[in-house]
Amino acid sequence: MGAQGPSLKRYALTRIALVFPMVFILLTLVFLLMRVAPGNPVSAALGGHVPPAVINQISRRLGYDKPVYVQYGDYLWDVARGNFGTTISDRRSVGSIILVNGAATLELTFFAMLVALVVGLLVGLVCGRFRDSPIDAGGRLFGIVVYATPVFFLGLLAQLVFGVWLNWLPTSDQASPITLALMKTHTNILFIDAIIDGNWGALWDVVQHLILPATTLGIVYGGVFIRLIRVNVIRTLKEDYIEAARARGINERSVVYRHAFKNALVPVITVVGLQLALLLGGAILTETEFNWPGIGHELYVYLQNRDYAAVQGIVVVFGLVVVLASIVIDFAAAFIDPRVRY
Amino acid sequence: MAAVSAATRLHRRTLGIRRAFAPIAEARGFARGMLWTGAGLTLFFVVLAIFAPLISPYGFDQYEVGTHRFAQLAHPSHAHLFGTTVQSTDVLSRIVWGAQTELEVVALALAFGLVIGVPLGLFSGYFGGPLDRGSVLFMDAMFAFPPLLLAIVIAFLLGSSVNSGVLVAAIAITITYVPQYFRVVRNHVISVREEPYVEAARALGARPVTILRRYVFFNVVQNVPVIATLNAADAVLTLTALGFLGYGVQPTQGAEWGYDVSRAVSDAASGIWWTGTFPGLAIVLLVTGLTLLGEGLNETINPVLRRRVFTKVDFGAPSLEPSSEILEP
Repeated sequence: MGAQGPSLKRYALTRIALVFPMVFILLTLVFLLMRVAPGNPVSAALGGHVPPAVINQISRRLGYDKPVYVQYGDYLWDVARGNFGTTISDRRSVGSIILVNGAATLELTFFAMLVALVVGLLVGLVCGRFRDSPIDAGGRLFGIVVYATPVFFLGLLAQLVFGVWLNWLPTSDQASPITLALMKTHTNILFIDAIIDGNWGALWDVVQHLILPATTLGIVYGGVFIRLIRVNVIRTLKEDYIEAARARGINERSVVYRHAFKNALVPVITVVGLQLALLLGGAILTETEFNWPGIGHELYVYLQNRDYAAVQGIVVVFGLVVVLASIVIDFAAAFIDPRVRY
Repeated sequence: MAAVSAATRLHRRTLGIRRAFAPIAEARGFARGMLWTGAGLTLFFVVLAIFAPLISPYGFDQYEVGTHRFAQLAHPSHAHLFGTTVQSTDVLSRIVWGAQTELEVVALALAFGLVIGVPLGLFSGYFGGPLDRGSVLFMDAMFAFPPLLLAIVIAFLLGSSVNSGVLVAAIAITITYVPQYFRVVRNHVISVREEPYVEAARALGARPVTILRRYVFFNVVQNVPVIATLNAADAVLTLTALGFLGYGVQPTQGAEWGYDVSRAVSDAASGIWWTGTFPGLAIVLLVTGLTLLGEGLNETINPVLRRRVFTKVDFGAPSLEPSSEILEP
């Protein structure tokens, strides 16, 4: 522990210091990508029927008539102050999109991650424990097939079976229109808002709407965890301290459950962070398919409207979230696992 | 003399090939099953793609024969084994032609990705210095984007200026996978760079390019087939996701399974299952095939994971057991 303190600190500092050039590159990359696109962003977003004078006027107001390097400087300055821009087509600030629609995305991805962890842990642990048995082969195959299934196809099947044929669950939106109209907004996260109000009817409605999209997204990403947890369990069961525990006469059950599993789970934390990018990508598809009003769904709509400013803002925020979350998770992993030293 | 050396060379070459494929022949158990199932599934789709004009009953956007227009959303039947879509096209034909689209895009994307990512990783890892640090930082920044998001943005931006949907999709997918090849190759080069045989070559005065080509490249490139196959599986998923969102290959340019599934979402609401289920299953089968092939290759080629069949060595001591008993480690 004594040796770990200063080195962990140094690791933390370099890790944080590296964020700045990374964010800078990220911002520049997105800015350049959006500027090399042909055509004026204003006329692209507003369609072909707007008179040139109006387009020029709006372009001037939004600063698109300035030289590119001035736009770039303005853009960086705005982002530094936390202003990610305003959409062209409906003049919403990207910040408010993040707050309102981001809450929906957070709700979906949180529960999806929960499903993924439960599926991944159960199947992964059992497969690793009974390596090379038929159970293991079945579990691995399940993991591979599930990972090979596109989120949107699993979603389609879920809608078909549970929504249309069995008619158990709703297949689109975040809640029924009546619930939405009657609920008060506290956090924009409907699940939490319903609990705050003690509105159990609304909560039930929200949960019903959540089940299909969250399970769909969660099961697909559970495939990644199955593979990872299985390998970790196998590796841990080969460690010397497991052998030592067995040699001390501790029964196999206790060796596996108390000594091996816990240690096998630590590296999973790191991967949860890496999977965040994948999960957010999957959320774009899930939200589009289930008409879930999250950021991914908004991005899809703005892409359809060719609103470059909105796309730029949303893409940058997605990137920032992944960068920051990966740092937090790296620190958490370093903190929890004494073996991780930097 | 020349004849002898040619024969020796041939022998040496076949020996090399045989040695390279030896792990595949020796694979056993789950790895063997994965390898062959994966190879079979992949081959099936390759055959579909190559012989699409012969196999497919109709064209990918054909909705009539002569003057007879196909029924809309017809149930699977003898005339249309997988039914028809809302535009009266034959679902089976779209799947067969779709195999061609998917594999074309994936092959292009893999080729681009390897051509860009592998040399970059080699040079960056071998020479190090500020160039290396810069490119690592750049690639890490790219890594921060969800791959699908990056692909969507690229496809969105290129879509209006590049005419070929296949090319647009291939470029979009390439850009998302270059950082991966770069990372794997670079990290491997860094460990290989310090190996005694590389140092020996350096001591002999070999030029850096020669060292890279003759010593480093072949040691590093062994991992590439595994990554490439697994990436091919991922690339199919990205391509179909692009298609689902309406980017990449456009409906007039070719059949694409992801696009077909997106059109089927509205059909599903009225209980029509065949327009989405069959193209979706095609995606699952192709991706599963590629993944099994990649994982199988990984377990047979990668010596750390490899579980081979060992022949028990008998040191001459009289034994009651047959000496060629097979032991699983």
